[in-house]
Amino acid sequence: MEAHELSFEPDDRYNAFLAVCKKAPCGKGKLAGIAVAVKDNISTKGIETTCASKILKGYIPPYDAHAVELLRHAGAAIVGKTNMDEFGMGTTTENSAFGPTLNPCDTSRVPGGSSGGSAAAVAGNMVRMALGTDTGGSIRCPAAFCGIVGLKPTYGRVSRYGLIAYANSLEQIGPMGRTVSDVSTLLQVIAGKDRHDSTSYDRPYTHTPVADVKGLKIGIPGEYFGGGVDPKVAGVVKTAISRLEELGATTVPCSIPSMKFALAAYYVTCTCEASSNLARFDGVRYGPAADTKKSWHDAYKEVRKAGFGTEVRRRIMLGTFALSSGYYGKYYTKAQVARENVKADFARLFSEVDLLAGPTMPTIAFRLKEKSDPLSMYLSDILTVPANLAGIPAISVPCGKADGMPVGLQIMGRPFEDECVIDAAYAYEQAVK
Amino acid sequence: MMSEDQVIVGLEVHCQLDTKSKLFCGCSTDYRSDGPNTHVCPVCLGLPGAMPVLNKRSIEYAMKVAKALNCTVLHESEFSRKNYFYPDLNKAYQITQYDKPLAEGGYLEIESDEGGERRIRLTRIHVEEDPGRLVHMGNAERGKYSLVDYNRAGIPLIEIVSEPDMRSPKEARKFLNKLRATLEYLSVFDSEKEGSLRVDANISIKGNERVEVKNITSYKGVEKALTFEVTRQKNLIRRGQRIERETRHFIESTGITQSSRSKEQEHDYRYFPEPDLRPLHVQSWMEGIVLPELPDARRERFVAQYGCSLNHARTLTGELKLANFFEHVVAADPKGLSTLAATWIADTLIGELNYRSMNLESVDAPGFTELIGILKSGILTDKSGIDVLRVMLDQRMNHQSCETSAAIVDRLKLRKVTSVTLEKSLTYEIVPNPILTAITEVLTEQPGAVDDFMKGKKGAFNFLVGQVMKKTRGCADPGELNRMLVEALKKKEV
Ligand SMILES: [Zn+2]
Repeated sequence: MEAHELSFEPDDRYNAFLAVCKKAPCGKGKLAGIAVAVKDNISTKGIETTCASKILKGYIPPYDAHAVELLRHAGAAIVGKTNMDEFGMGTTTENSAFGPTLNPCDTSRVPGGSSGGSAAAVAGNMVRMALGTDTGGSIRCPAAFCGIVGLKPTYGRVSRYGLIAYANSLEQIGPMGRTVSDVSTLLQVIAGKDRHDSTSYDRPYTHTPVADVKGLKIGIPGEYFGGGVDPKVAGVVKTAISRLEELGATTVPCSIPSMKFALAAYYVTCTCEASSNLARFDGVRYGPAADTKKSWHDAYKEVRKAGFGTEVRRRIMLGTFALSSGYYGKYYTKAQVARENVKADFARLFSEVDLLAGPTMPTIAFRLKEKSDPLSMYLSDILTVPANLAGIPAISVPCGKADGMPVGLQIMGRPFEDECVIDAAYAYEQAVK
Repeated sequence: MMSEDQVIVGLEVHCQLDTKSKLFCGCSTDYRSDGPNTHVCPVCLGLPGAMPVLNKRSIEYAMKVAKALNCTVLHESEFSRKNYFYPDLNKAYQITQYDKPLAEGGYLEIESDEGGERRIRLTRIHVEEDPGRLVHMGNAERGKYSLVDYNRAGIPLIEIVSEPDMRSPKEARKFLNKLRATLEYLSVFDSEKEGSLRVDANISIKGNERVEVKNITSYKGVEKALTFEVTRQKNLIRRGQRIERETRHFIESTGITQSSRSKEQEHDYRYFPEPDLRPLHVQSWMEGIVLPELPDARRERFVAQYGCSLNHARTLTGELKLANFFEHVVAADPKGLSTLAATWIADTLIGELNYRSMNLESVDAPGFTELIGILKSGILTDKSGIDVLRVMLDQRMNHQSCETSAAIVDRLKLRKVTSVTLEKSLTYEIVPNPILTAITEVLTEQPGAVDDFMKGKKGAFNFLVGQVMKKTRGCADPGELNRMLVEALKKKEV
């Protein structure tokens, strides 16, 4: 087989990339010669992978994430690593140790996060597709803010092997692209069972999108249009949903009562898991070396204090607290109960409807530095985290503009019915083309 | 009945399972003879993004143990993360089992101090990964630096937790010995591998706080550490002082326990379920697990089949290799040889091996079998039998090979002298020391070398040693040879 190289020298005016491969090897296959950007928390053999954190500066993984291996097999050219909120902790890509990424639609605004670099690289026409990761909306939020398509697959549909874990039980690697077709093609390549990931399922994705929603029953949860959702955004999304009705779908109002606990359940679970996942970054094996003249305990403290950003330290401390003895039952256990309730609510709804639809984000993209208060940033995840808690597939597809900025229509489906979610998004996309 | 100062002991025993690959990756577990960090991969190095995949075989091994120890395998068990910082812990958490262990309950029977069997109840058995290993350059506290070796990281361990049912350090030792035997019979554990067993012990004197002793790494160490603790705790009580609830570390070299800094007791491990592994549902595997003959059954068989005394049977079956050795020795003539072989192995051979710090593998099995045959024929006295055994073992120790029993008997002319009547009690021919004979011969045959030695040539002495060694066909003990040759040459000088 002939080896090729794709030369890639983008004009990265949005700070979308943390690393660029000017000569990216590529081959034959489904993605032959297509430039694909990879979020910087996905391990790439031989290419620095930092999770946008100082603590991993200089870390060059000796192995490829399973999804990356599949990209290479499909002939894709991995052209660079994209900026993100440090370790995925954020909704704006401002929490990067290497500077924020700007929104290509309006550079005074954030691209969303945490996969903001991947979204900006696609929206800014630097690459055709990108891999993102979605722990609580990290693919769908920047897709909505930048006006592209992003899918969080069903939990277990894509191997997480090589994804530097932030919150293992919630996150998935997923495709981002300008069109639903591209997203679908990328999912074809990366989905399937991986023996290195015990939580992956043998559910490959071989589907080609069909623009057909006739006879589908779509639930419209009241919570997705409640307080906190910008009426302009809600209006744009409602118009999009009526378009789906025109195409033959029926809609029914419904409710997800457990939504009021979703955000708390999400933040407890993800910070608990993060506090454990990030404990290994101690300066002994990767990143800036610990000072060996100090005792290991002091050296760890110093390395971790200097290496992690504020938001990461905050979440590590929250998670450490929630897991500590005497509090575990109050927080972690309760969060898991709430999570089961969310799952049960979705299961109940999906026995009545085929899909759920609503806005991806409650607002349009924030202005840079607008979300300085962490709590108000956490609140903006309210519409995306339920899908992560339940492990169901969810897509964001552009559905118009509010105040000149893109708005995303979110469509959620039953577990392992990513096909149905993609078809509905495709039908909408084709109808408004 | 428990007396006032009754000792109460419970053990937590960590054993490495003897699988071919590690618990969560494909790396080989056969790391001991290789360089540091040579049996590693992204998973057992804990590299970012790597994920554990459970090795089914290690669960099968652990379930064998659970079945042999009469435990109940839970319908659902799960792995949890035990979070703490330590440089040998690559992920800063250990994947272990916490509130849903693989198995619960069960018991192990040991011989009680008063004789008879005593049942020691078990609390649970769980599976976990071994951390890496630190190599301190110099002293651990003040040394310049430490190196980390992750070869051991991810080796499967089982932790067997007992109820506080043991009543003396000796019983604790017996519990461990019995546990070791059971695990070896199951072929899931190799006690001879360095560091394959680690024990934490809880010990208290009735009515007082309990103390945890950590870091015990040998079978003897358990008895030593606990004996030290019993004395220490009883002394404190006698002086009217309170025993503090604390963790102490056993110092193998000095045989004492030392209080650990209180910091370590404040550990909050923040356990939570390992999200990268699915819960285990393996209860149904139990039916498929076929156990081999275990120590108790084999002991009873030895009594029934070979007519061994209970004590001999207990000793012989107390170690898998010993039991196999016994059956090998008597295989040719079980009826005729078993009583004699049992006595000679249990009462004599073990002692002689321990004295030489030799293990059973270094015994020449055919040679020993022949010796038992010779003893059976009645041409050797017991004392001569011991002499032959000692020669065999010494030769094995020094040269890895030895003469046959018959050759030793003939060379040392140990046959009972038949002309001597039995009334005169047993007498033997006086046998000249073969080394001395060889020395005398060499000194006569090599006058030149003797001369050179007298003139102070060091090489001449080595030459003479070589000649004597040759004459004794390599069977002379080098130390003894040297000493006797020096003596003989001194006599020449005079
Ligand atoms: Zn390994």
